[in-house]
Amino acid sequence: MTEFTPIASTLGGVLIGLSAAMLMLFHGRIAGISGIFGGVLRRPSGDTRWRLAFVLGLVVGGLVLGFAAPQWFVVEVERSPLAIIIAGLAVGFGTRLGSGCTSGHGVCGISRFSRRSILATVTFMAVGAATAFVITQVFGGVL
Amino acid sequence: MRPDVMAFLAGALFSVGLGLAGMTQPAKVINFLDVSGHWDPSLAFVMGGALVVYGIALPLIRKREAPILGGRFLIPTRSDLSPRLFVGAALFGLGWGIAGFCPGPAITAAGSGMTNALLFLPAMAGGMLLFHLWDARQAAKN
Repeated sequence: MTEFTPIASTLGGVLIGLSAAMLMLFHGRIAGISGIFGGVLRRPSGDTRWRLAFVLGLVVGGLVLGFAAPQWFVVEVERSPLAIIIAGLAVGFGTRLGSGCTSGHGVCGISRFSRRSILATVTFMAVGAATAFVITQVFGGVL
Repeated sequence: MRPDVMAFLAGALFSVGLGLAGMTQPAKVINFLDVSGHWDPSLAFVMGGALVVYGIALPLIRKREAPILGGRFLIPTRSDLSPRLFVGAALFGLGWGIAGFCPGPAITAAGSGMTNALLFLPAMAGGMLLFHLWDARQAAKN
């Protein structure tokens, strides 16, 4: 069970939207995390620095919040290390193949009514929902 | 101010947003995706909040000639519906549904020291590197 948190979640979304707006206003770039992180893993280019700085902001933010708000980092799902690794590989390969994730397609793309982003978001939501459903119903929530 | 400071601050702000929203808690993500269990619709509100703010901000920002730190606005213009888009999104959805992490929360949760995220993040990076290799091969073939 997790608690329904409409207000905190809306406020969190507002901060995410502000962060994405900041990146566009200052750097002229889309806040797509998979694209930014994937770019860091490529051959260094003129974009490597700001991308690294953004990723570092995410990491340092997590480090500070881990102490300031540990309740934001509880896991409460039963997944084996192997399941987590397979999931990570799928998310890494899939977000690069599909040119985006929840932030790039789900927020930035849908905001400008991109047909590609809308369809990508519907697809990953539907497959995510089906996957979670199967894990709960067939595997009893343990994988 | 050095240019990268703004990108760093944007990343830090993003991480606070993710944490407050509940995106860094895999159980919350999975309870959102799985309507058959203890459905928790919170994450729809995350998307709603972000879409409203960014949807209002983007047209205003684009009235400028250029970004504050120089260069130009780079906004995707593709509109083709390729198999890559759908297969990629489906693979992403599969991993998201298994672990409850998408890329941003995985990076932030790894920063907090969460064990699952520390396992997930290198695997995600590995998946991206595999894609880059595969993609370069495909490009060389054509």
